[in-house]
Amino acid sequence: MGYLLRRIGHAVFLLLGVSVLAFLFTTLAPGNYFDEMRLNPQIAPETLKALRAQYGFDQPLRQRYVHWANSLLHGDWGFSFAYNSAVAPLLWPRARNTLVLTLSATFFAWLIALPLGVWSAEGRGRLRDRALSWTAAALLVVPELALALGLLALAARTGWLPTGGMNSTNWDGWPYQRKVFDMALHMVLPVTVLVASALPLLLGHVRAAVREVLDAPFLRVAEGHGVGRARLLYRHALPAAANPLITLFGFSLGALLSGSLLVEIVMSWPGLGPFLLEAILARDLYVVIGGVLLSTLFLVAGNLVADLLLYWADPRIRVGARSS
Amino acid sequence: MTERKKLTTCLALLLGLHALVAFAGFFAPYDPAAQDRMAPYLPPMRVHVIDGRGRWHLRPFAYQLEAHSGSPDGYHEKVPEAVPVKFFVKGAGYRAFGFISARTHLLGTDRTALHLLGTDAFGRDLFSRILFGGQISLLAGLLGTGITLFLGLSLGAAAGYYGGWRDEALMRVAELFLALPWLYLLFGLRAFLPLSVRPAQAFLLVVCVIGALGWARPARLVRGIVLSAKERDFVRAARGFGASNAYLLWRHVLPETSSVLLTQAAILVPQFVLAEMTLSFLGLGVPEPVPSWGNLLSSLQQYSVLVSYWWMYLPAVAMVPFFLGYLRLASLLQSDAANPKIEAAGGA
Repeated sequence: MGYLLRRIGHAVFLLLGVSVLAFLFTTLAPGNYFDEMRLNPQIAPETLKALRAQYGFDQPLRQRYVHWANSLLHGDWGFSFAYNSAVAPLLWPRARNTLVLTLSATFFAWLIALPLGVWSAEGRGRLRDRALSWTAAALLVVPELALALGLLALAARTGWLPTGGMNSTNWDGWPYQRKVFDMALHMVLPVTVLVASALPLLLGHVRAAVREVLDAPFLRVAEGHGVGRARLLYRHALPAAANPLITLFGFSLGALLSGSLLVEIVMSWPGLGPFLLEAILARDLYVVIGGVLLSTLFLVAGNLVADLLLYWADPRIRVGARSS
Repeated sequence: MTERKKLTTCLALLLGLHALVAFAGFFAPYDPAAQDRMAPYLPPMRVHVIDGRGRWHLRPFAYQLEAHSGSPDGYHEKVPEAVPVKFFVKGAGYRAFGFISARTHLLGTDRTALHLLGTDAFGRDLFSRILFGGQISLLAGLLGTGITLFLGLSLGAAAGYYGGWRDEALMRVAELFLALPWLYLLFGLRAFLPLSVRPAQAFLLVVCVIGALGWARPARLVRGIVLSAKERDFVRAARGFGASNAYLLWRHVLPETSSVLLTQAAILVPQFVLAEMTLSFLGLGVPEPVPSWGNLLSSLQQYSVLVSYWWMYLPAVAMVPFFLGYLRLASLLQSDAANPKIEAAGGA
């Protein structure tokens, strides 16, 4: 229990740090949302001044932070100037879309990386091992921006897959199954790009971890006792190699979150990516801070899940936590 | 091949690629901003050595492209109109390294322009723009890496060498930076900086933003090395002889970090080039008319360009050999660092 409390305390510290950091940057910002209006001759300077006062831009930074933190705790997450509404209701639906994309990509990336990595580690130095590591290197070299654009062009030319958005335009009246199928079809391209970008790293780590375990004496013993190949690999070798992989899970989530930001913009997936870009171009300050904070929240949550898994999977941590 | 030879080959290859970009003025036939409004979206010209009647020519040549009648953007080769390719021709003036004025280009033609990789919407030569764009993108990556490594080295060394509360505070902040999804951080920082600025300012801005964000990982690595290095016998001996902290750091401790820094550089440069490309692609980085690999790709955000003009995709392919080189270099350096012989030689 102490272990978990420590992890949660760490996560809270992290979020607090990010919020302060993000707010500190705002002092460096030359200009804000209302500066654009200054160029507009139809808006009187007095109106602008009143607006600035209304949104608290004339107050000192510390006061603004306290004000914002207060609204954060009340579930508003600050105020969006461009949408003239609280940030939170704008963020949630988009965050949900981003999560759908990121989590499915995480799922598929691991689903592919685990058996392939084990398979490649088992055949160390053989043709399949080398072929896989070459494929991974090739995937690593092609950046996801290029991959996303390439796949998009392919889809647009062949018409096999939808080229953007999350669902078809005449989506509204459709029955439930058809909606799900339609959304799945729209997800194929972005998820493919994300999986391809995450795969090389995961594959390399799975292979290295399993390879290390395969040399262990207990596996030789199990083999000598006549344990079958599949059971040997998946029941005995993989759990023993799980520790570094679970830690990697948290990191892979962060990488996929970053990656999905770009992929969403390229593929016009209505997630945090396009929303954040729009907010940056409009200088919609609190939306940007909210987006960054939310992404940190996801990452912290992912790492907490990884810590929980580690606690569950690794008896050393359990025992160590209890005795301390 | 021995490890050393592999490393040399890899470095030579990378150097060659960078030279191609550094001397873009010479290798590119045209000025990257020169427009030809009469030739928008010209497809890549094929260079021939055999003409239509099957005769071989010593001098390569291309055929002039002619628009299909009745089509806005379809072209075909106008067969009898051969355009011979000339070498070392005088053309548009450029400045090598920003100060040596020159007019000689590797390739060129007399009459009709030679567009090896086609043209963009304004009839600008894509081949030239890719080469010049590489200057911006690679320079951003290299300078960003320099800033990051400098920050990482000084912060990591300070944390490791002086220890105590400085160490604690710096490592906490480093954890913060490592925890954030990188692209979100990049976006967040970019959001607070001015949007519409001149290209030179935008370039500096992008370099600083990219360079300021990556310091945490090198700092942690450097800290680890410094922690172990400051307890080495020869460092203790030097301290016993009365060496100052600055001297100890500079002369004995920091040289130990060089191999890690080199490996980090090989890993960071492609990552940062990609960061510049991402920012410019989204319109947050270096703006038109200055080309960069990122903003060359941004025209692909239009559906019509994406489907119709495949050569506009070529800037995305341009960086692949560079990335390949850097990745190979990083893995070679890593295996080099893991080599116990070199470790022993360094520690003796």
